[in-house]
Amino acid sequence: MLDDFEMVAGVEVHTELWTKTKIFCGCTTEFGGEQNTHVCPVCLGLPGVLPVLNRQVVEYAIKTGLALNSEIAEFSKFDRKNYYYPDLPKNFQTSQYDLPICIGGHVEIEVDGVKKKVGITRAHMEEDAGKLVHSGATISTSDTSFVDYNRTGVPLLEIVSEPDLRSIDETVAYLEKLVQILEYIEVSDCKMEQGSVRFDINVSLRPIGSDKLGTRTETKNLNSFSSVRRCLEYEIERQAEVLREGGKVSQETRTWDEAKGITLSLRSKEEAHDYRYFPEPDLVPMLIDREWVERVRQTLPELPDARRLRLMGLGLSDYDAGVIINSKALAEFFDAALAQFNDAKTLVNWVTGDFLGTLKAKGLPVQLSPVNPEGLAELLNLVAKGTINGKIAKSVLEEMFATGKGAAQIVQDKGLVQISDEGAIAAIVTQVIEANPQSVADFKAGKERAIGFLVGQVMKASKGKANPGLVNKLLQEQLAQL
Amino acid sequence: MTLTELTAHELHDRLSRKETSAVEIARAFTQRIEAVEDSVQAYNLLTGERAMAQAEAIDAKLARGESIGALAGIPMALKDNMCTEGIPTTCSSKMLQNFVPPYNATVVERLAEAGSVVLGKLNMDEFAMGSSTENSAFKQTCNPWDLARVPGGSSGGAVASVAADEAVFSLGSDTGGSIRQPAAFCGVVGLKPTYGYVSRYGLIAFASSLDQIGPITKDVTDCALVMNTIAGHDPKDSTSAPVDTPDFTKYLVNDIKGLRVGIPQEYFGSGLEPEVAAVIKAAIAKLEELGAIVDECSMPHTEYAMPTYYLIAPAECSSNLARYDGVSYGYRTEGATDIINMFKKTRSEGFGPEVKRRIMLGTYALSSGYYDAYYLKALKVRTLIKQDFDRAFAKFDVLLSPTAPTAAFKFGEKSANPLAMYMSDICTVPANLAGIPAISVPCGFANGLPVGMHLMGKAFDEGTLLRASYTFEQNTEHHKAKPKLGVS
Ligand SMILES: [Zn+2]
Repeated sequence: MLDDFEMVAGVEVHTELWTKTKIFCGCTTEFGGEQNTHVCPVCLGLPGVLPVLNRQVVEYAIKTGLALNSEIAEFSKFDRKNYYYPDLPKNFQTSQYDLPICIGGHVEIEVDGVKKKVGITRAHMEEDAGKLVHSGATISTSDTSFVDYNRTGVPLLEIVSEPDLRSIDETVAYLEKLVQILEYIEVSDCKMEQGSVRFDINVSLRPIGSDKLGTRTETKNLNSFSSVRRCLEYEIERQAEVLREGGKVSQETRTWDEAKGITLSLRSKEEAHDYRYFPEPDLVPMLIDREWVERVRQTLPELPDARRLRLMGLGLSDYDAGVIINSKALAEFFDAALAQFNDAKTLVNWVTGDFLGTLKAKGLPVQLSPVNPEGLAELLNLVAKGTINGKIAKSVLEEMFATGKGAAQIVQDKGLVQISDEGAIAAIVTQVIEANPQSVADFKAGKERAIGFLVGQVMKASKGKANPGLVNKLLQEQLAQL
Repeated sequence: MTLTELTAHELHDRLSRKETSAVEIARAFTQRIEAVEDSVQAYNLLTGERAMAQAEAIDAKLARGESIGALAGIPMALKDNMCTEGIPTTCSSKMLQNFVPPYNATVVERLAEAGSVVLGKLNMDEFAMGSSTENSAFKQTCNPWDLARVPGGSSGGAVASVAADEAVFSLGSDTGGSIRQPAAFCGVVGLKPTYGYVSRYGLIAFASSLDQIGPITKDVTDCALVMNTIAGHDPKDSTSAPVDTPDFTKYLVNDIKGLRVGIPQEYFGSGLEPEVAAVIKAAIAKLEELGAIVDECSMPHTEYAMPTYYLIAPAECSSNLARYDGVSYGYRTEGATDIINMFKKTRSEGFGPEVKRRIMLGTYALSSGYYDAYYLKALKVRTLIKQDFDRAFAKFDVLLSPTAPTAAFKFGEKSANPLAMYMSDICTVPANLAGIPAISVPCGFANGLPVGMHLMGKAFDEGTLLRASYTFEQNTEHHKAKPKLGVS
């Protein structure tokens, strides 16, 4: 970080909404179809077509607004944003200008233990553009360019933050939190590698202690947290150098070169588009009734912050709760297992330890885990009841991952039930004492460690099934009698 | 009377009584078109083979003893801005000369369900911008009453085809008078329905908040019949009104006793030709004689209608026509050097001067720094104009004016002076701004040229317009006059 300047950043997040069909027509929003197959006259913007608003888009926008603590407008409308680009079949984008659906709001973040509310300015609905494929590097250096309209008309929600972010860590924490919320409320699949979430970063610098805003630049179309981090590292250093040399940062739109790790000027303020916004005459304004908003509010799931507090209330550490809520899938797995096995602390140790470790080793997401929450709970209940011991349980879990079989089944098939019969264990203890006179002598001579070896020998002789507590107790008793 | 001179309801009666067949009717129109089209030039495209197949299908239905709808087997034609699947739809523009839509406009679907026989696509001012059809990139359509004169516009071909008996009826579109002004010039009935009554889906947009499709017919009865087919809510058009449509023929009542008719003085201004004024005066007297209560009224914001219209319509057009860029359909320039150059050359070469003029006007009106002064101001004045109508309709059932201040003018007479051309729509534009229905009905002749009586009504009150028009028609002979084609 800089020691002479403070950064001031705000972010515009474009997220594709997870509807089945596009915002103004019935075409599928599915990613990855053959070029120009998910299209119809409406999304191709053919002469004479008219848009019809997808109600689900509005509902997802409302849901997002509620999750971001926004006010949901009672009256909202669409506007046309006019500019020429070949990925935009109508040469205007149907968007929202002065009456967006979500107004205000905030997201709480935490960086180095310090909590902070990041303001949301607004969120508005719009249609996505198509995708250009050039024969060369850019449209102006290519002989030929192709356009794929499959993405044209996929619904987007643009969420604009206030310029409240003061460090790169805060910026990334805000974006991570926002994406986490979008995932939780299931309005977006948040597949960043498919461009489901894109970020435009506005950043400026000002001397530390100053409360005047500096001139900002906007870098468009970043699509990962790491790009945002690298981009900001580069951009604030670039701006700082300009300012240190007594120069002025020029207000401009920049683009991020991922390969080179630098930002490049795209167009200056003077070259900025005049979008000539005006109300979309082909759509009627929306009157969003409060009953609808309340119905949507009822569908909101428990959000990450609330979930974290609840888990901490069950005795989980801040850190463990953070690991569990980080992904909605894991949090749901945890809750489902907890429903069948109510010792949260033991459960979290297993989930964050062996369970996640095995998934990671196999490269599987939680959703594709061969062991389901009920299965894990079944295993832990066997331990709790003393049917098997903890060490055996680890090997049973491995077996469950490998075969998909249930814990009880494996325990039964392999005869892994713990031996808690004192007579049976006492017999093994007697044999082990007889077979290891040296260790017994060592123990008698005061070498406490020798008992560990003897316990190990008893466990080995019982194929790991002996109840470790009983082994310890009986060994101590017999040694004392010698 | 020959078949081609009959109205839709007369032809329907003959078809139902099996005195003729749909094929015979279609053939009669094909021959009529062959005989007069060289003089009239109404059609951009004839779809004779399809028409014949549609006619045969209706005859097959009749042969099976099935009953047919009012428009079944009736030959009609479409203004060339309504999309027809597999049939070129050009807007009379070089830009769309080779554009073949992959879908049908909703009105085209409804006519197909009704069994109408589509004869072809009709010439118009390019993208419906103009008042004489001289802005067509392809041809000049002539007024059947005087081939040296314009048919009016922008639905010039749609109106001339009906006046010349080249179609029983046609569909036009009206953004500022484009159905009514040419209907007046050619002596036929033209209705602009209430905004939202007829679906715009598949109508190639000029100005979305003003455009409306409507019928052009030989009499008022046919107008009601066509409305029965084309009006009604369409889920594909978000601006289409979610209202039930009546049977419009129930308003065909020969009685206007007690009908309150307002005469807004502002529509009788300095540009009004005395001969036209005299014809309108006689029409007013006729309505009074038939029992209407006529009184003068004032609509103070009328003078702002034209400037308001020429901000709102071009603003919307500048955005609606932005899609014609040569990328994926329509005209594309040869040998562009880069993408910006391709956009510029394609649009410079593909659009005619009037379209370019309006795109520039509209782009300017929406530009940052000018938006408030022009576009936003225009929206506010539009509200004031609507309020003028609300006040007037508190006192009157219909408002009456000339449809146009002049009768049909000569080719070239106004084409060099856009402002003079624009004034031809001075009486028709306010109804578009207010979204209300308005009809032009033949009401006499000025120097041998037809004159139209313009009636404006309350939103969704087409019924009263039809009743007044029908009563006037039943008690006059104007609509029976036919142009003597070939006599210039
Ligand atoms: Zn589509």
